[in-house]
Amino acid sequence: MSDHRVELSRPVSDEVRKTTCYMCACRCGIDVLLKDGKIRYIEGNRDHPVNRGVLCAKGSSGIMQHYAPARLDSPLLRTGPRGSGEFRKISWDEALTLATGWLGEVRDRDPKKLAFFTGRDQSQSLTSFWAQQFGTPNYAAHGGFCSVNMAAAGIMTIGGAFWEFGAPDWERTKLFVMFGVAEDHDSNPLKMGISKLKKRGARFVSVNPVRTGYSAVADNWIGVRPGTDGLLILALVHELLKARRIDVDYLVRYSNAPWLVIDAPGTADHGLFARDVEGKPLVFETVTERVVAAGTKGARPSLSGRTTLPDGRAVAPSFQLLAEEYLDPRHAPEAVADRVGIDAATIRGLAEEIGRVAFDEAIEIEQPWTDVYGERHQTFVGRPVSFHAMRGISAHSNGFQTARALHMLQVLIGAIDCPGGFRFEPPYPKPLHAHPRPHGKSEHFGSNQPLAGPHLGFPLGPEDLLVDADGKPTRIDKAFSWEAPISAHGLMHMVIANAHAGDPYPVDVLFLYMANMAWNSSMNTAGAIRMLEDKDEATGEYKIPKIIYSDAYSSEMVAYADLVLPDTTYLERHDCISLLDRPISEPDSVNDAIRWPVVEPNRDVRAFQSVLIDLGARLRLPGFSDSRGQPLYADYADYIVRHERRPGIGPLAGFRGLEADRAGRGAANPDQLNRYIENGSFFSAHIPLEAQFFKHANAAYQDFAVRMGFFDQPQPVTFQLYSEELQKFRLSAQGLREPAAPEAYRERIMSAFTPLPSWYEPFEEAGVDKSAFPYHAITQRPMAMYHSWGSMNAWLRQIHTRNPLYVPGAICDAHGLKDGDWVWLTSHHGRIKVEIARSETVNRDTMWTWNAIGKRGGAWALDPASPEATRGFLMNHLIHELLPPKGDGMRWSNSDPVTGQAAWYDLRVNIEKAEPDVASQPHFEPQKRGTQEVADELRYGQEWSR
Amino acid sequence: MHPALSIIAFTTASGLGYGLAAVLGLGLLDPASVATKIAHFVALALISAGLLSSTLHLGNPQRAWRALSQWRSSWLSREGVMAILTFVPLCIAAYGAIFQSRYLPIAGLLGTLGAAVTVCCTSMIYASLRSVQAWHTPLTPACYLLFAGAGGSLLGLFFVASGGGNVLVLSVLSVVLLVAAWFLKWQWRQRMLSQVPLSTPESATGLGFIGKVKLFERPHFNDNYLTSEMGFRVARKHAAKLARLSVLLGGVVPVAAVVPLLLSGAVTPALTVLLAIVAVLSHAVGVLTERWLFFAEARHAVMNYYGQ
Amino acid sequence: MTSLPSQTTPKKLGLVIDLDVCVGCHACVVSCKEWNTGGYGAALSDQDPYGPDVSGTFLNRIHSFEVTPEGGEVVGEAGAARLIHFPKSCLHCEDAPCVTVCPTGASYKRTDDGIVLVDEDMCIGCGLCAWACPYGAREMDLAAGVMKKCTLCIDRIYNETIPEVDRVPSCVRTCPTNARHFGDLADPGSAVSIMVAERGGMDLMPEQGTRPVNKYLPPRPRKPLAAKAVPAAEDTRGATGFFAWVDDMLDRI
Repeated sequence: MSDHRVELSRPVSDEVRKTTCYMCACRCGIDVLLKDGKIRYIEGNRDHPVNRGVLCAKGSSGIMQHYAPARLDSPLLRTGPRGSGEFRKISWDEALTLATGWLGEVRDRDPKKLAFFTGRDQSQSLTSFWAQQFGTPNYAAHGGFCSVNMAAAGIMTIGGAFWEFGAPDWERTKLFVMFGVAEDHDSNPLKMGISKLKKRGARFVSVNPVRTGYSAVADNWIGVRPGTDGLLILALVHELLKARRIDVDYLVRYSNAPWLVIDAPGTADHGLFARDVEGKPLVFETVTERVVAAGTKGARPSLSGRTTLPDGRAVAPSFQLLAEEYLDPRHAPEAVADRVGIDAATIRGLAEEIGRVAFDEAIEIEQPWTDVYGERHQTFVGRPVSFHAMRGISAHSNGFQTARALHMLQVLIGAIDCPGGFRFEPPYPKPLHAHPRPHGKSEHFGSNQPLAGPHLGFPLGPEDLLVDADGKPTRIDKAFSWEAPISAHGLMHMVIANAHAGDPYPVDVLFLYMANMAWNSSMNTAGAIRMLEDKDEATGEYKIPKIIYSDAYSSEMVAYADLVLPDTTYLERHDCISLLDRPISEPDSVNDAIRWPVVEPNRDVRAFQSVLIDLGARLRLPGFSDSRGQPLYADYADYIVRHERRPGIGPLAGFRGLEADRAGRGAANPDQLNRYIENGSFFSAHIPLEAQFFKHANAAYQDFAVRMGFFDQPQPVTFQLYSEELQKFRLSAQGLREPAAPEAYRERIMSAFTPLPSWYEPFEEAGVDKSAFPYHAITQRPMAMYHSWGSMNAWLRQIHTRNPLYVPGAICDAHGLKDGDWVWLTSHHGRIKVEIARSETVNRDTMWTWNAIGKRGGAWALDPASPEATRGFLMNHLIHELLPPKGDGMRWSNSDPVTGQAAWYDLRVNIEKAEPDVASQPHFEPQKRGTQEVADELRYGQEWSR
Repeated sequence: MHPALSIIAFTTASGLGYGLAAVLGLGLLDPASVATKIAHFVALALISAGLLSSTLHLGNPQRAWRALSQWRSSWLSREGVMAILTFVPLCIAAYGAIFQSRYLPIAGLLGTLGAAVTVCCTSMIYASLRSVQAWHTPLTPACYLLFAGAGGSLLGLFFVASGGGNVLVLSVLSVVLLVAAWFLKWQWRQRMLSQVPLSTPESATGLGFIGKVKLFERPHFNDNYLTSEMGFRVARKHAAKLARLSVLLGGVVPVAAVVPLLLSGAVTPALTVLLAIVAVLSHAVGVLTERWLFFAEARHAVMNYYGQ
Repeated sequence: MTSLPSQTTPKKLGLVIDLDVCVGCHACVVSCKEWNTGGYGAALSDQDPYGPDVSGTFLNRIHSFEVTPEGGEVVGEAGAARLIHFPKSCLHCEDAPCVTVCPTGASYKRTDDGIVLVDEDMCIGCGLCAWACPYGAREMDLAAGVMKKCTLCIDRIYNETIPEVDRVPSCVRTCPTNARHFGDLADPGSAVSIMVAERGGMDLMPEQGTRPVNKYLPPRPRKPLAAKAVPAAEDTRGATGFFAWVDDMLDRI
């Protein structure tokens, strides 16, 4: 009855176009359904290796992102003062001529006066190549304020990292322990994986001060105090060692545990590995009782004991040092429980569970394979314990060592790239030495010439630092200087402050892409705004004279640009998700992908990458123009297809060769993009079964990697539990090694660069009066808006229209606070006035809020009276880019001393009740509200209703 | 529940109108007097105004006629049908009074019956909703009926005082109905205040087996249709004050005004009219307040999901 | 006709929502919005989309609740307060009060599969059905003036123009944690019915007498870690003993 009333089989769309999502860094495959030339619906691509058909809230709200009135619609030239949002629309010709003039002048006179930094960039292989051809030493993406600790510690320890370089073996893991993840680059795979393992009855433990999101569904929530994860991990290591729950065989085969460390205090060799004449590290062979090179066939290296080399130097296996260190009672659960905020029984319970699952529930896959030493194995043995960690660990000033500690734990139980453990995703693992050294010393650049090599990489010792003869930084962000020696991703968060201060030198042009540095991407936001607005009193010119900015939307940063190059939306552009850049591979397959214009832009906008290529040609940069000055590439699509980094290796690995039958290596194929589109805009090559595990030492995988072009020769990885590179910095800090560290840096290098993972108190915590600032304050990434922070999306902004400060019940009771009260939250740097809500699901010393919900009035084409701009707030105002003064005359940056990673989560605060208010403080003058018409009601899709 | 002005105005006006119509239908007024003719007109006008006002809150009022179709299952539909059916005897009775100065007993009694049934249907719209526990009681229709009767009696009293007939009968009727209405309303409110909630955040989520359930975050930060419509909240102290005010204006003042009329000859005709006006107006304001509270104080089960 | 079907419908299509794995990502909320704003009936409008009072029509919303066991907080353990994400949409009740109150016949429950729908051409927008529903499953679209609700994506589940595998509600197809399942709850052999039986699927507000078709799977019980903590056998030989064990292990390789 009545059932005839519904038309059940109405066709949904005219056409389905498959491309890649860009609402966050997860990069899922999407089907864009088009009807009457408009987007009808966006769904996950079922065939796609990343998301297998699912799609998150952000992906599904792509319609509202694409049609948002905050979209820029023309190049803009600033007419009012910076920050006002007053612009004049100009033509692309005028814009590019202007940009070429500014950039060309700098390149000719002093190329380092260009600082080129990119934010949420997914084309770093292009942007870095462009910057290298331009010749400025000042290029990086945003990893420095994101998660470089995680990347650097991972690569230096195991040759890969959590991030997007590996994943838990979701199908087989029996215990999954996640540290500090609210939302992540791998967001849909994580959600799918957690669900999968829970349905199998595997245990999921979350270590996080806040119990939202993933932590909410964890079987066990370990609500640690922020910044103490390292203590917890080392206590687990202590327990595992004590309980003999370590994989000795695995350590001997795959780690540097047997390598002999020189014990010669006061000499330049102290703490380094003893090596033979070829530079191979030495081990002590137990049968012959001789010292031989590591990897010598048939050798049975010792893990303990002390011996003396023929030259008389005392040595011991690094594992001896490791075990001595972590068996020490100061690492016992009881010793750290108070500090971590977790009782010793729980810590011991977790250690016990890790050991039990790893060893008593070990799994085996019947699959013969051969290791890189030529030994044949009949099975893959799996320790089904997996870990994942991200920014919660990373964004502390002790994050690098904490991440190293976690990788050490994984190696000790033999759970790296085994069945059920953490598995590498190609092109990882990649050993430290296979990464480039950073370039940017004065001899690396000069007028009108390219930089001598890539900007970013890993110094293997202090000799690789980018400093001058006086030890002063050569990069504007002071990356790879004594301040942050292993800042592998640069320090974008320091660029504005340093350029403003002229320290180490001023810049002429600041060129930014997709980075909201005038708002949520900067610490000390008000300070950053002041620096962008600040003028030189003598000349009346801005201290940062010229700012070129490219973005698709009118973000807060747009108002601070002098020249705005409007980008397209992600559905209007070509892109490649390249193996040369940040890969989307899975443990079993090598993947890359493209975006293509599934709808045409209806505004006067151009894809930033095509603009960059155009600028490259106009500037006659090598790599972008030929010897006659003619452009090499028509646009980004053309570059994607024809650019070769090494012979046969281009941005895309799939459908190479004239027959489109080559994967990895092969000639450029003019039809490549069409082949991708036909294939759903991605390419996937399966890794042979015998190559799927122990990739770091698997001969078949290494061959596969060479075949695919990741490397030109096999690059097996030996896990570096003990880091010789870090020890080299300590030797410099002791003045025992050249170049010697400047005096001011010595103490901190000595404490932070321990060759074995260690824990030290986060700097802000150590530097402030704990009784004045008794609590922690952190942010969490809201799943529905992570990496789609802009509130121009009418659907997403309804979920998080404003953000309260979540305060633990105990703190509420102590301060007489209830839901809806207002408080002053004070740090050593500043104070904010915000509204609170009570929460019981948080560590008792920690308050938190959602990240980046507060907006500046007028930005993102929002009404300045919007809750985001009135009652929403940023925690950034409390976080300074510098630490409180220590009385040593230095102002240290608020970062990890090893990598320069911004220490967002070190923040210490006090809270006091405030008078009720209507708006949070600080409050900023609104900027001009975009140029497009803003509707007061949306009825998207009404024309299709029946 | 959101106290929508259109619905409060509707139930108050139509209550008074149907009450007056019912009194007229009993033949208690002199059909020949001008006042009675006006009374018929006023009854129909109040009813019509009430019904019109009730369409104001519709999303698509042009389709309102469809609401007559589901009388077998829907109290709202029944109300619409009864309202229209009742118009027939009411109009005939009004015709008889206005144009023929006659009381038509069959039409009149049918009108009274129709008016009562219509008010009953209106009240059953609310009383039938289990989701609003305060309303879900036979006391709700009882109160609606008694308030309509009391209001109608007071209006009738005004018209008899203005020349339409015997003041005493309507004075007695008014006082009896007022006392009964407020007695039951008091019971109604006590029931609401002392009620153990049928549904709780624990039963709404099924999570009571773990512990106490408290809203952490709303699904969307701003108000939505549900919270605007069902999430109205009035402070308890404020509500108690208004409740006292409603009794004072809707009950105490009218009774005080009418009691002197029971003592025959004690009051001049002019003063009688004046007292009747005071009683009617005060009662109307009291009932408006009572209606506002009827909505404002009622908690909807969905608010278990919104932490209210 | 707003009477409920006189007999139990042969099929009871509905959703089973797994509270054990829902991480509150809002994927289903937005996917539902984008499918339905261009699908069945009027668009799901948004008022003041770029202003202070932004609010739109949604057919599916995720609440989150803190659930505190009696006896107070135990940090890091099973006794601590829990945060539970809670998606909510129409439950397609067997005794759907929203249907019987409808004065126009716009609201109805389909006799063959039990889906509760609104025929928008007949809806006058009186809002009574939203009042009648204890779950907040119905929302008036302020632009169209008609009542909107979950249709179980009726224009997907029977749609022969889309691949068979996609003939499930949009929220189910998109859910990254597989916390949403669609099927026939009248069939005891269906995957959803089995899930409900095994996991103790529950009704929301059974006391309202609505007999919901949709079921919620409660969070699985948690096993505390501290219970596992067996103090490691204290080896008095300390590091020496440890290295002896390591040597022994090496000998066995």
